[in-house]
Amino acid sequence: MADPLLQVVDLFCERDDRVLFNNLNFSVFPGEILQVEGQNGSGKTTLLRILSGLSRHFEGEILWRGVSVTEQAERFRRELLYFGHNAGVKAVLTPEENLAWYAALDTDIDLQHIPKALNAVGLKGFEDVPCHMLSAGQNRRVSLARLYLSRAPLWILDEPFTAIDKKGVAAKEALLLEHAARGGTVLLTTHHELDLSRHVRRINLDELSGT
Amino acid sequence: MSETKLQPLAELQQIENADYRPGKIFIATLKRELQLALRRRSDLVNPLIFFLMVATLFPLGVSPEPTILATLAPGVVWVAALLSTLLAMDSMFRSDYEDGSLEQILLSPQPLFVVVLGKVLAHWMMTGLPLTLMAPLIAVMLFLPAEGMSGLMLSLLIGTPTLSLVGAIGAALTVGLRKGGVLISLLVLPLYIPVLIFGTAAVEAAVTSLPLAGHLALLGALLALGIALAPIAIAAALRISVSG
Repeated sequence: MADPLLQVVDLFCERDDRVLFNNLNFSVFPGEILQVEGQNGSGKTTLLRILSGLSRHFEGEILWRGVSVTEQAERFRRELLYFGHNAGVKAVLTPEENLAWYAALDTDIDLQHIPKALNAVGLKGFEDVPCHMLSAGQNRRVSLARLYLSRAPLWILDEPFTAIDKKGVAAKEALLLEHAARGGTVLLTTHHELDLSRHVRRINLDELSGT
Repeated sequence: MSETKLQPLAELQQIENADYRPGKIFIATLKRELQLALRRRSDLVNPLIFFLMVATLFPLGVSPEPTILATLAPGVVWVAALLSTLLAMDSMFRSDYEDGSLEQILLSPQPLFVVVLGKVLAHWMMTGLPLTLMAPLIAVMLFLPAEGMSGLMLSLLIGTPTLSLVGAIGAALTVGLRKGGVLISLLVLPLYIPVLIFGTAAVEAAVTSLPLAGHLALLGALLALGIALAPIAIAAALRISVSG
C-alpha cells in the first residue's frame, strides 16, 4: 500500500475542561474519502480546524507525507483546500470576483477555468450578480466552485452540503469520487446521508471522547 | 437550476512548479480591498464626516475668536484625524473574519505579510489619504495660518499610514472578540501618542517658520519601522485570533 498522505498521531484536544478526543490515531491514504462522524458538539469542526492548521489548541502530531505539518506549513497549505462553516464568500462581490480572489490566493488555479467552474455548480448566468442577491444555497455553491478549480490533493470539507439541493449534493458526491480517483483525499463532515457509503471510511468521535 | 455534466478535473498539482510573486498578490489584495470599499460607500464616508464634525463643532464649543483657534488648530486637526482613523479601524478585519474569508487567507500559501500590507495600504487609501486631502479645508475653518499648511499636509501624509499600521495590530488582536471596539482604543492609543506629538510639532514648526525636516524625519522613521514590523505583528495576531 502507498504511503499515507496524512497521519495523525496521539491527537489530544480539550475544550472548556472537556476532553474532545484523546489518543486519536489515524492515517489517510491517497484515494480515500474519510467521513468524520459525531453528534453536535463532539468536536468534528474542531478536528478539521486542527488538521487544516487553523487551530493550535491541541497536543500530538500531524504528519503530511511523513513530515510534521509545522515544519512545512507552506507546502502543506499549497496542497490543502479547506472549506469551512463560513463559506468565505464576500457578499458585495460577484461570484466571478470571489473566485478570482481565490485564484490570486492559490496560484495553481487557472483563471480561464472560472466560468467553467461556475457553470458546473449551476451558477451560469449569475456571474455578474452580487452575492448578497443570491440565495444561501447559491452562496455555498460559489464557494463549492473552488472544488472544481483546485488542484490540491487534500480537501478538508466542513459541512459542504448545507443548503445545497439534492441534485447538487449528488453532483458533489460524484465530484468527490472523481477527486479520490485521481489520487486525492477528502476529509469531510456532513449530516447528509451519503450515497458513497461503499467508498467512505468513517471515524466516529463519540466513541473517542473521554472525560 | 441545471447541473451540467462534470468536466474532467485538472491533474493534481505538481509541487515543483512553485510560482510566487509577492507583487502579484499585493496588487490583487489592493484591488480587492478597494473594490470592496467602493461598494460599501457608507463605511468610506463615516470617518470623513466625523473629522468634519469635530472641526465644525470645535469653534462653537470653544470660541470663534481666530487667534485662539489658530493656536489650537494644529492639535485639533491632528487629534480629529487620529480619532477618525481609530473609528474606522474595527472594521478592518471584521467582515473577513465573519464571512470566513480570513480563514482562507490564513490557509493560502501566499505570504501573509504581503496580504496584510496590501490590506493596510488599501485601508489607508480609504481613510488616511482622504483625511490628509481634507485637512487644509478644516485648517482654514480653524484659521490655521497659511504657512502651516505644508507642515500639516506633509505630517499627515507621513503620519497617518503609521496610524493605520499600528491600528491594524489592535484590530487583528481583537477581531475574534464579540466587541473589540473599546479594547482596540485602549491597546492602540498609547502607541499613537508619539505620532501625535511629532505630527503636531511639525505643524507648529511650520506655522512659526522653523525647519520641520526634523519632525518629518522622525515621523518617517516611525513609518519605516511600522512598515517593517507591523505586518509581522498583524499576521501573528490574526493567527492567534482565528485559532481561538
